[in-house]
Amino acid sequence: MSKIVKLKKGFDLKLVGKAPLEMSNFAPATTFAIKPTDFPGIQRPKVLVNEGDTVKAGTPILIDKALDQVIYAAPVSGEIVEIKRGEKRKLLEIKILADQTITHENFGKIDLNQDREALAAKLASSGVWPNIIQRPFGIVANPSDTPKAIFISAFDTHPLAPDFGFTLQGEEKYFQAGVDALAKLTKGKVHLNVDGSKSAPAIFSGVKNAQINQFSGPHPAGNVGTQIHHLDPINKGEIAWTVSPYGVVQIGKAVLEGIYDASKVIALTGSELTKTGYVKTYSGANVSSFVKGNLNSGHVRVISGNVLTGEKVNLDGFLGFYHNQITVIPEGDYEEFLGWIKPSTSKLSFHKAIGMLSFLNKGEFKVDTNTHGEERPFVVTGVFEKVMPMDILPTYLFKAIVAEDFDEMEELGLYELVEEDVALCEFVDPSKNDLQELVRHGIELLMYS
Amino acid sequence: MKALQNLFDSIKPNFEKGGKWEKFHTLYEGHRTIAFAPDLITKAKGTQIKDATDLKRVMITVVIAMIPALLFGILNIGHQHFIASGEEATFLDKAIFGALSVLPILIVSYAVGLLTEFTFCVIRNHPISEGYLVSGMLIALVMPPYIPLWQVALATIFAVVIGKEVFGGTGMNILNVAMTARAFLYFAYPAQISGDQVWTYLGEKTAVDGFSGATALAVAYNAGVEGTPAVEALSSHNASFGADFSFLNMFMGWIPGSIGETSTLMALVGAVILVATGVASWKIIVGGFGGAYAMGLVMNALAVNEYMAMPAQYHLVMGGLAFGVVFMATDPVSAAQTETGKWIYGILIGVLTVIIRVTNPAYPEGIMLAVLFMNVMAPLVDYYVVKANKTRRIQRATV
Repeated sequence: MSKIVKLKKGFDLKLVGKAPLEMSNFAPATTFAIKPTDFPGIQRPKVLVNEGDTVKAGTPILIDKALDQVIYAAPVSGEIVEIKRGEKRKLLEIKILADQTITHENFGKIDLNQDREALAAKLASSGVWPNIIQRPFGIVANPSDTPKAIFISAFDTHPLAPDFGFTLQGEEKYFQAGVDALAKLTKGKVHLNVDGSKSAPAIFSGVKNAQINQFSGPHPAGNVGTQIHHLDPINKGEIAWTVSPYGVVQIGKAVLEGIYDASKVIALTGSELTKTGYVKTYSGANVSSFVKGNLNSGHVRVISGNVLTGEKVNLDGFLGFYHNQITVIPEGDYEEFLGWIKPSTSKLSFHKAIGMLSFLNKGEFKVDTNTHGEERPFVVTGVFEKVMPMDILPTYLFKAIVAEDFDEMEELGLYELVEEDVALCEFVDPSKNDLQELVRHGIELLMYS
Repeated sequence: MKALQNLFDSIKPNFEKGGKWEKFHTLYEGHRTIAFAPDLITKAKGTQIKDATDLKRVMITVVIAMIPALLFGILNIGHQHFIASGEEATFLDKAIFGALSVLPILIVSYAVGLLTEFTFCVIRNHPISEGYLVSGMLIALVMPPYIPLWQVALATIFAVVIGKEVFGGTGMNILNVAMTARAFLYFAYPAQISGDQVWTYLGEKTAVDGFSGATALAVAYNAGVEGTPAVEALSSHNASFGADFSFLNMFMGWIPGSIGETSTLMALVGAVILVATGVASWKIIVGGFGGAYAMGLVMNALAVNEYMAMPAQYHLVMGGLAFGVVFMATDPVSAAQTETGKWIYGILIGVLTVIIRVTNPAYPEGIMLAVLFMNVMAPLVDYYVVKANKTRRIQRATV
């Protein structure tokens, strides 16, 4: 039975710099990187290649010794030019200089009529497996687990997020094959959750072998965590998996073509990009060719991902593994005279405290990275609840994590959350606490102790 | 503005690590961030943008919501004075007289409170929090106009240190800071904060014949004891001076009482500001008024004396109920923090206020004790609301 869920709580951030639905022409990126830091669950990363080696797209270049069946593969063919380490030899980036034409490792088409374990093992060694995320904890799934269900959110409600109907057009058969493969891996259902406020794009509407549910409402209606909570919430001891629509297509390509195809269409967004739009590249692309010479001002922040859950990267940094979007906004390191009391309709705020008149402004907002205030203890109550469309008491949960109270964390629902689920709470918090970091800290406490 | 920025920059080295006033770094930051919203930026991971609202703006919203009550309070202090002394006075006379008696209290409250707060921030190396902006105003507004200033200072120090800082500062306190200040005076120096003599400032003058300085609550209580109908007793009180306790007079606030508490209308104006800006919980405010009214009706039904038989709506305009419900009960730190809890908390404050007023001969005003009692009970209310949430999660797991 498909479900229709209408959500009321949440907040849509309407920002300047939306990408028009058309492909732009940019010089292709030439270097690509795998960043172990993109995968929060990696415990003991081990590099399988050396500087100077040549690899094909799909060649294993990294494993986690704690979960060594899963390989992390090269997104492109080319030469390993640098293995970058930070303090205490922490592995940061494995950089590949790409060939002009990309060649793929071919591991043969995957037969879906084999048993579950064999299929999982095959996918784990193909490079596509890191697309499968385990809940609780938001880490790369363990192929030997059997999840109670698999959830795919087919739309992204984050600010300026790419439109999957556009980025994945023409990939219908791969998407279906991906869903078929996932259906083999779970003992329960595959849930495909589409945007209930408009008709689903062709790639999702005709999908078989999955239950199609409709979600509508403000962000975070498109967050898979929100959707799981309303479909089949995760309790202690249970495991569910989530995959992005792009990940499903990648799995489908592995199944039908026998290759690891890391090509993806990403959105270039944000107020500081002269030209916004969509561009085709590969996972882990160097952002400089899309950003340099395409900026409205000099003092900007380049974000891999969106403004709520993304990560700051340098002008020649690399796109995150799970990111389908680059956002560029102004850096906000300026002081503003009496900025805490000045009335304004142009500063984006969820609140309506005195002088905060952005609720009157129906247009798009230009935002920067200023925190608009210093960190404070939790004072205001009832705000997080307004942007959290789950039966969870965020303030109490956050306080339980601060106090490192394990029982409380479990009982208050930390198993249902990952960072992105509390990103809106972090945004609206007038006390400016870093709540995503806090939630990850809580998750690590539950995982490792 | 560049000049001010340069001034701050020029003294900055003194407050940095190794500077001669390193210990006072938090004071430097505190003042600079009042002049200029800080140039802090978001971290590399986590939300890259943050909401434009900060705690300063939230707190100043509450202060602004209290300004109507403050201005009316100033005018009313003058008004009451000239009625008691039997003199004719213009609007300006009243305003000036009122300002001269209220502003010193306000200044002492802010000066002493901030000094105490700064001392703790320096000792503990905490950033200066904005909480006292609100507490300082509240403390002044719940004082009688005749209060000796040293008592204001003492109460303020007690409230900030014992009410707040020992629990860890802003956001950690259990009791409402301003109510703690008032309760301290109420029990330590009752002569200056209760009875019939303290609500009207006479100075050197003597009251005209037949004038009574009693508050509406005292009049209503005595009506219950003496067996005269409460409404009649209220409306005939000081009637010859045109200062009777009619419903309208009490609603408008032309009655003796603490500086900011007399006007129900001004409290409602504050409530509209607080609710429209989303800063205070409308559930607590509606619950508080609703609880008091409902309890008033229950009292009517069970009436064994004239006070109990007083129409329930009178409870809403007498004493400090409106002020307390709007500005004190809604303090987010000491109130219940769950949404269901806020209903329970608000309603019980209203109910308890009326019970204390009507049945307890020692305390004519109930709102102070009701708010403090519910501050203490709020975590218990929340405990059960949170427990219900946990239970739903556990039950979900077994089905």
